[in-house]
Amino acid sequence: MTDETDLIVVGGGPAGVEAALAASERGLSVRLVDEAPQAGGQVYRAPPRAFGAKSQQKADRLGVALRDRLCASTVQTHFDHIVWSVSPGYRIDALGPNGAVSWRARAVIAATGAQERVVPFPGWTLPGVTGLAGATIMLKSQGMLPGGLTLVAGQGPLLLAVAMGILKAGGKLAAVVDLASQAEWLADWPAIASRPDLAWRGLSWQMALRRAGVPMLYRHAIREAEAKGDQLLVTLGPVDAGGAPIAGPEREFLVDAVTVGNGLTAATDITRLLRAGHRFEALRGGWVPERDEDFRTTLSGLYVAGDGAGIAGAAAAAIDGRLAALAVAHDLGRLSDETYQRLTMPLRRKARKAKRFGTAMAKLMALRPAQVAAIAAGTIVCRCEDVTRGEICAAVREGARGVNQVKAWTRCGMGPCQGRICGDIIGQLVTGTGNARVEAGYFTGRTPFRPLPLDELAPPIAYGDLQLPPPAPL
Amino acid sequence: MSESQSSSPQSFHRATDVERGGLVRIVFDGRTIEAYAGESVAAALLAAGIRTLRASPRADAPRGAFCWMGICQECVIVADGVRRPACRLEVRDGMVITPGTVP
Ligand SMILES: Cc1cc2nc3c(=O)[nH]c(=O)nc-3n(C[C@H](O)[C@H](O)[C@H](O)COP(=O)(O)OP(=O)(O)OC[C@H]3O[C@@H](n4cnc5c(N)ncnc54)[C@H](O)[C@@H]3O)c2cc1C
Ligand code: FES
Repeated sequence: MTDETDLIVVGGGPAGVEAALAASERGLSVRLVDEAPQAGGQVYRAPPRAFGAKSQQKADRLGVALRDRLCASTVQTHFDHIVWSVSPGYRIDALGPNGAVSWRARAVIAATGAQERVVPFPGWTLPGVTGLAGATIMLKSQGMLPGGLTLVAGQGPLLLAVAMGILKAGGKLAAVVDLASQAEWLADWPAIASRPDLAWRGLSWQMALRRAGVPMLYRHAIREAEAKGDQLLVTLGPVDAGGAPIAGPEREFLVDAVTVGNGLTAATDITRLLRAGHRFEALRGGWVPERDEDFRTTLSGLYVAGDGAGIAGAAAAAIDGRLAALAVAHDLGRLSDETYQRLTMPLRRKARKAKRFGTAMAKLMALRPAQVAAIAAGTIVCRCEDVTRGEICAAVREGARGVNQVKAWTRCGMGPCQGRICGDIIGQLVTGTGNARVEAGYFTGRTPFRPLPLDELAPPIAYGDLQLPPPAPL
Repeated sequence: MSESQSSSPQSFHRATDVERGGLVRIVFDGRTIEAYAGESVAAALLAAGIRTLRASPRADAPRGAFCWMGICQECVIVADGVRRPACRLEVRDGMVITPGTVP
């Protein structure tokens, strides 16, 4: 059964919600689909519905406002629905609590956000080591501490946010370990200060952490983690500006949990599947869909917005969403050229301002190639298939060209995460040095976007319940 | 060391200023665990001190929740007969869960 609307927005974070609202304000019929139970995305994730009033009141006010506005609009929402395929025309296939559904729309905005990137080190696959962005979910949505004594490591603004979240929730911190130097934070200070609210929050957090006596190690990274009973023995060491380990005193910490993250990469499942054009932008999280100023992709009727169009943060995402929606309304003939220009001009100005802050953050989050180059041969890079750096590099030496061929030869990126966790790292490893990331390419898009219980898609079939993606073409 | 804030019957993992849902019981690998409605299976197991949710297919190494957002699939368990990422599945009273290791 299909049922057509003007627009379907995939993703209910700030980008997707603003897009859906802006389009419905222009009179378009709009559906919004998200796999989460409520709108808000990663940044404004709502507490679980079953949690009490006190927890609901603590939800970020911007998120509550976003959900209220969505509720009051004419947007048809479908939460708890995983979009697992998008086909040209456009047809969206989703799996919800009542089984499989599909809808048609004249236009699609992919506002699917970002996912975490972690530069592998020996021991990063141990239980108790989790992503830094993942820790925000644990803390904010579940009210759960990663461990008793936690080590927070990696790079970018989430470092301080997670460290503070742990302190506020009553947890203890072993250390905060930052790949960047303090000078790097200061260098971007003017751009960071363009958002005085956030700059102030960052400063006050740093002060609070110092007051709590938490060791702050700059230009350091995790060398390795080892299981010691239920705990983790973590070795840290100094790194240079490129992220490569350098000689210097190493330090050991015995901790209960580690949260580590090296920035975010754009979730581009939909644009990759539909073979839209992509380009490599290191400062936007790697491979991102090609798009114009109003977020049209290279495919007619397909738009992107938010971190899924390139990492730029929540404020930029909300404005991007509005711009993309206006482009849809214009392109469907529902907005005259003049009105379109009049409405988009001020938004573009705001977008440029938001991007300034976003870019400063993106710089701090950008992958440091020398850190990747220093990954040891025996370290697992692809977690799903346990493929090591040595195996990936052997395939490259034997002549595998580009990430898709390396995937076919080694199975890296072929497991259930479909390379979402390791893809950017593998691209960097295949490239070696230089600017050849473009030649290394990116993993071809596959359906389903997430492994699905097959019986829910087609009830009579019973061979296994995991539908794995088909192998990539050579 | 977890310089035990765990003197309460509750797990030290659970932030105290959070008002959770009603008490539910789930079973993991034969062990009964108390959790609160609204919690994800991954969070409830973490609070009970259980972080290893499956073994990896090739190296047979212990794995647990990593991304917490339904992407990495490291947290896959079998809940009432269906494979699901534990980080995206809410606990339900009586839920029977086994590790997601593929035999
Ligand atoms: C785990 C994580 C935690 C983060 N925490 C913070 C934070 O605490 N503070 C902060 O400032 N920034 C945080 N960020 C950065 C964040 O990406 C942006 O600030 C902001 O959320 C981007 O908004 P968005 O609308 O582009 O994407 P998001 O907010 O990520 O929204 C995308 C939405 O799309 C949905 N989606 C994706 N794919 C599908 C699919 N196939 N089917 C159905 N739904 C789908 C997701 O469920 C999600 O709700 C976090 C990022 C990640 C990955
Ligand atoms: S922790 Fe990654 S899918 Fe659950």
